[in-house]
Amino acid sequence: MASAVIPANQAPKLNYLNNGHSLRSWLLTTDHKRIAVLYLISVTTFFFLGGFFAMLIRLELLTPQGDLMQADTYNKVFTMHGMIMVFFFLIPVVPAVLGNFLIPIMIGAKDLAFPRINLLSWYLYIIGGILITHVMLTGGVDTGWTFYAPFSTEYTNTKIVEAGLAVFIAGFSSIFTGLNFIVTIHRMRAPGLTWDRLPLFIWSNYATSLVMVLGTPVVAITIVLVAVERLFHLGIFDPRLGGDPVLFQHLFWFYSHPAVYIMILPSMGVVSELIACFARKRIFGYKFVALSSVAIAVFGFLVWAHHMFVAGISLYAAMIFSFLSFSVGVPSAVKVFNWTATLYKGSITYATPMLYAFGFIGLFTMGGLTGLMLATIGIDVHVTDTYFVVAHFHYVMVGGVLMGYLGGMHFWWPKISGRMYPEGWAKLSALFVFVGFNLTFFPQFILGYVGMPRRYWQYPPEFQVLNVLSTAGASILAVGYLLPMIYFLWSLRYGPIASDNPWHAAGLEWKTTSPPPTFNFEETPVVTWEAYNYDEIPDKELEAPVAR
Amino acid sequence: MPDSPATTQVATPVTAMEHEAHNPALLHHFVDAQQQKNAASLGMWLFLVTEIMFFGGMFCAYLVYRLKYFNAFAAGSQQLSIALGATNTAVLIISSVTVVLAVKAAEAGKRKVLVGYLAVTVLLGLTFLGIKGFEYREKFERHHVPGPTFQFTDTFDDNGRQIPVDSNEAQLFFSLYFAMTGMHALHMIIGCGLFSVLAVLAWRGHYSPGYFTPVENAGLYWHLVDIIWIYLFPLLYLISRHS
Repeated sequence: MASAVIPANQAPKLNYLNNGHSLRSWLLTTDHKRIAVLYLISVTTFFFLGGFFAMLIRLELLTPQGDLMQADTYNKVFTMHGMIMVFFFLIPVVPAVLGNFLIPIMIGAKDLAFPRINLLSWYLYIIGGILITHVMLTGGVDTGWTFYAPFSTEYTNTKIVEAGLAVFIAGFSSIFTGLNFIVTIHRMRAPGLTWDRLPLFIWSNYATSLVMVLGTPVVAITIVLVAVERLFHLGIFDPRLGGDPVLFQHLFWFYSHPAVYIMILPSMGVVSELIACFARKRIFGYKFVALSSVAIAVFGFLVWAHHMFVAGISLYAAMIFSFLSFSVGVPSAVKVFNWTATLYKGSITYATPMLYAFGFIGLFTMGGLTGLMLATIGIDVHVTDTYFVVAHFHYVMVGGVLMGYLGGMHFWWPKISGRMYPEGWAKLSALFVFVGFNLTFFPQFILGYVGMPRRYWQYPPEFQVLNVLSTAGASILAVGYLLPMIYFLWSLRYGPIASDNPWHAAGLEWKTTSPPPTFNFEETPVVTWEAYNYDEIPDKELEAPVAR
Repeated sequence: MPDSPATTQVATPVTAMEHEAHNPALLHHFVDAQQQKNAASLGMWLFLVTEIMFFGGMFCAYLVYRLKYFNAFAAGSQQLSIALGATNTAVLIISSVTVVLAVKAAEAGKRKVLVGYLAVTVLLGLTFLGIKGFEYREKFERHHVPGPTFQFTDTFDDNGRQIPVDSNEAQLFFSLYFAMTGMHALHMIIGCGLFSVLAVLAWRGHYSPGYFTPVENAGLYWHLVDIIWIYLFPLLYLISRHS
């Protein structure tokens, strides 16, 4: 987009990036945008750490024999992969980076409601992250990220309590972020910005925050009970002492299933923004898309026992949970259908963010539909703890969450950094991600369906071809993830300077400068229009100079 | 937790911002004091929701095991002192009243009365913790603390009927007793610390009828901790006492 670039000879304006350069001005900042950048650096670090463990897993599974590492090591490797990716990447990634940066700007506020609690959230995340890194370096954990009792409480001699503490602390980071978002969205909206004018990214982050606030405390107390049981030899989850290990699974999944919606909902919000912008249309059925986020958050709390169909819950409970799990498909499908309907007769541009949005819709649909297969008790019993489940949740977590995140990062990178990324490289890497992803995870559906169990470090030789395909795909995927990191960093220095609104997009964040000033707007905006009023924005309008 | 207003933001070179210089408690990113108060109050209510969910996990475990091992829970409950539990309930209810009076004093701008009620609240909180500590000591002496030294023999209900009790099941009751009352006591300790800080700040004149949100929000927290106890008392102390 050549028209998006403005000459570089303008004097640099004061913005949140050049407003103070000392380390202190970053580490003690209460500016939501700077905190978002801190999160961006830290979640990216953990993403590559978790990705390193993923590569170890794929390398071990290249051959049927357990030849790269021993079984115990393999257990620790997949556990660390899961814990880091779930608690330190997927849960914070979109809300804490894009949400933190965009929510106040999108609603016309100067900051989140509680800026210092926002900084506290980041520090809690970092303390949790340091603890989990310490655990990793001093022996690791081998229970899987799920901490299932009584293995975690009694049998394993790895660092459960320390890892639990890390998750507990990171959990409070997430609680405070959610609390901050809810209060901000309720109390800080600009004049005229009513609920039915909010961008869908705000709606989806609002729904996410509800889940964070209501769910995370439950996993926190569950971890406390596991730690107490381990330290003082209580029997709350120990069947020999009258305890019930299935109770642990109930308490754990009561949070950890809704946690899946913490991960996917913000990415769905991103995709709504991208589709509207690059189809240049108002989102079809805005209200349904907005409320479907809330519906997903609510239904998400009622489906946890579908993780436990083989754990010995009653058949009636299983039937009800199966039915409720199907019902989550309805609001999810509302979103997919409405995005598709928005594309109809839209004037579509295939910019990189849009490619990721398309990737999201396709892969999320695959992940969602296989989720419905897993909600069917008969199929679930057959494929429980096989690679089918692994493939299913990676289609949602990686194909969904990461696609949305990367799309959002490309879309808002000009706003965050003030620079454009190289479009050609970005398209190439989007292609790498899409091809690499499918090559990695599609074979796992087949592997699981024909019976390869998850969490084993060796397997019968007949599974090798598909495993080699999967490992090859993972290598392509890794290139696809490394490329954006390289060219984003490159663009910080060499990228063309971005204009205030390079995509001609609707939304308050495009009405301020790139990068935005410390308090986001020179004057608090007054909103008199609906979200996504693309019919009122000429496709190639010359940017009106907005209060420079 | 509400954002404490004691400090304002670090000054930045941005000039477009207009600070309302006449109200030092107003943070820069709020339009007016009312918006700030509403935000803090909603934030506190949400925090209380997280607290309810946090305790909810233990209440859920309690429900499961009480239904499963009712006799053991009843027998364990017989070992707790109703007199001490009831006294503590009364102490907490009175402390909730003093908190309300403290908020009222803050609203009316009566600084000394405010400090007085805050101090009384802390004292009542400490009284509760003292009595709780005394109860815990008794549990240690009678080997009712879960773990390798746990002992529990068959007990008799008020009518002299023997209740056969599995020692493991009784241990579950006491595990939950310590987990729930212990987590509650931790919240009491935090509350006492909170009110002590508020009392010092109130003494220094930080609060005025125009700004006393921290007092109000700490009061909300204290009420929630009280309410949790009001559920814990019958659930732990009063099982099957009617027979």
